[in-house]
Amino acid sequence: MIRSFLTLLAALTFWAMPATAQENSGPLRLEITEGVIEPMPFAVPDLVAESAQARDLATRIARVIAADLSGTGLFREIPAEAHIGRITNFDSPVQFADWRAINAQALVTGAVSLDGAGRVVVKFRIHDVFAGQELGRGQQLVGEEDGWRRIAHKVADQVYSRITGEGGYFDSRVVFVSESGPKGERAKRLAIVDYDGANLRYLTDASTIVLAPRFSPTGDRVLYTSYETGFPRIYLLDVADVGRRALPTLDGTMSFAPRFSPDGRTVLYSLTQGGNTDLYTMDIASGASVRLTNAPSIETAPSYSPDGSRIVFESDRSGSPQLYIMEARGGEAQRISFGRGRYGTPVWSPRGDLVAFTKQAEGRFHIGVMRTDGSEERLLTASFLDEGPTWAPNGRVIMFTRETRGEQGEARLYTVDITGRNLRQVPTNGGASDPSWGPLQE
Amino acid sequence: MTYLSKTIILVAGLALAACTNPDRFADGDGSGTGGAGLSGAASDPTSSAYFQQAVGDRVLFAVDQSTLSAQAQSTLDAQAQWLMTNSDYTAVIEGHADEQGTREYNLALGARRANSVRDYLVSRGVADNRLRTVSYGKERPIEICSEEACYTKNRRAVTVLAAGSVS
Repeated sequence: MIRSFLTLLAALTFWAMPATAQENSGPLRLEITEGVIEPMPFAVPDLVAESAQARDLATRIARVIAADLSGTGLFREIPAEAHIGRITNFDSPVQFADWRAINAQALVTGAVSLDGAGRVVVKFRIHDVFAGQELGRGQQLVGEEDGWRRIAHKVADQVYSRITGEGGYFDSRVVFVSESGPKGERAKRLAIVDYDGANLRYLTDASTIVLAPRFSPTGDRVLYTSYETGFPRIYLLDVADVGRRALPTLDGTMSFAPRFSPDGRTVLYSLTQGGNTDLYTMDIASGASVRLTNAPSIETAPSYSPDGSRIVFESDRSGSPQLYIMEARGGEAQRISFGRGRYGTPVWSPRGDLVAFTKQAEGRFHIGVMRTDGSEERLLTASFLDEGPTWAPNGRVIMFTRETRGEQGEARLYTVDITGRNLRQVPTNGGASDPSWGPLQE
Repeated sequence: MTYLSKTIILVAGLALAACTNPDRFADGDGSGTGGAGLSGAASDPTSSAYFQQAVGDRVLFAVDQSTLSAQAQSTLDAQAQWLMTNSDYTAVIEGHADEQGTREYNLALGARRANSVRDYLVSRGVADNRLRTVSYGKERPIEICSEEACYTKNRRAVTVLAAGSVS
């Protein structure tokens, strides 16, 4: 497969603005708090098509921006039918009264054209309607035509981050396991999609079981476990050309649960020898492994802290699966989970302050978060089987696998805000499990 | 027992085996075991079909456990005896878990189960270079309902025969 993604040429070049340019400190502000919030009303009229061929894109880009913002649960779109004002010229002054009348607090205007080389050129501005001024400066984005969705996501990321003060997450991708076939002999393939389920591409065929992929910190490589040889083994795959290679292993062992270190040079993983599973690291360049734990219990599902100094992992050394934190080089571990039930799949948040996990208690599964000292545990979801959280690049949203019960049971991807609000299914073509949310793209 | 009733029992046995033999997974070359499946007639005591049906190719485990029950040990005693008699076979012991657990933990749990079967067979005299282990975690349930009736059959270790050397 050939890589056909856009290169965002001169991405986010600041676009020279007239005297109305504002500092990034307008009064339009949405604080994301734990309490119930009223979504902020916004309007995204179709972009102004500055060339005839750009007319379709003018609508499609506006729709993706609106879907990104509405999908957060923090914003509510005022539909085009309700609009009074019309944006027909990107540079004409906005008639704010028209947008105040429909109570749009935020207004995104833009223009799109195709340049001589067939590239998409998008200009946009974000307006604080009630203050009657721009929020930050207008910008211009240029990209290949088939990358128009990424341009739309980048605009939405700007809107989101200027209004909330948080980093965005829309221009990101997810690698996951696409599932098909009956429950007893599920076919599994690695697949990659945009965060919103668009642009699905398969990375492996369905000839063997593949499990639990993980993106590299820069999103260009994927670690996963495959039964290609008949035994679980870790593979490293290049996303652009889908070339893959098996990482070195010891004969007669199983290796699985691989994770990249934050610098992308080391793989943290589980190795099972003689029925006992412990944690190891492997230097990707040399293939040399170092043993981190040495206990008769199960040690698996590890995750590095964002600075790479510590590791949170799952162990049943106390008699049931619980979460522990140790130094990245191994050594003594501190237990951090003490609630009733079984804890697994801990994943350190990109901000470093929280650990997301799977909890199993009283016959139900939950996705939850706790502080890294184990305090302030909060369960965000509950169902027959929720597992495997992965963090959005900004640490505000968690994606996970939800599987329904019974013979017809099927796995799907869901997202939930770390406040526990805004549970949504990610559209995928059929069954889907084991998501790994990649970084915000350059 | 008349010849006729013996035949009927044998046919019934084969039919049962056919519907409880999904362990040869249909996903390509993934089994890595040579995929012996059913070979030879179950009436032939040296056949893998006989091993599967008459000896018993699997043992079951309690929730989250890898210890062998008395019943499991008796099945494995018979397996060990058969394997020592039929020394042309090697085996891969597959460990499995029910769906009530996370994916990676269940892989490790299945490995424990497979290994406790392996250790037992070795303790009963089977050469350890004839045995390999693998875990499928919760990836290959034999029964697909979400009830204990199914879970109890999925928490298993299955001794899958292959002809020839393991390594």
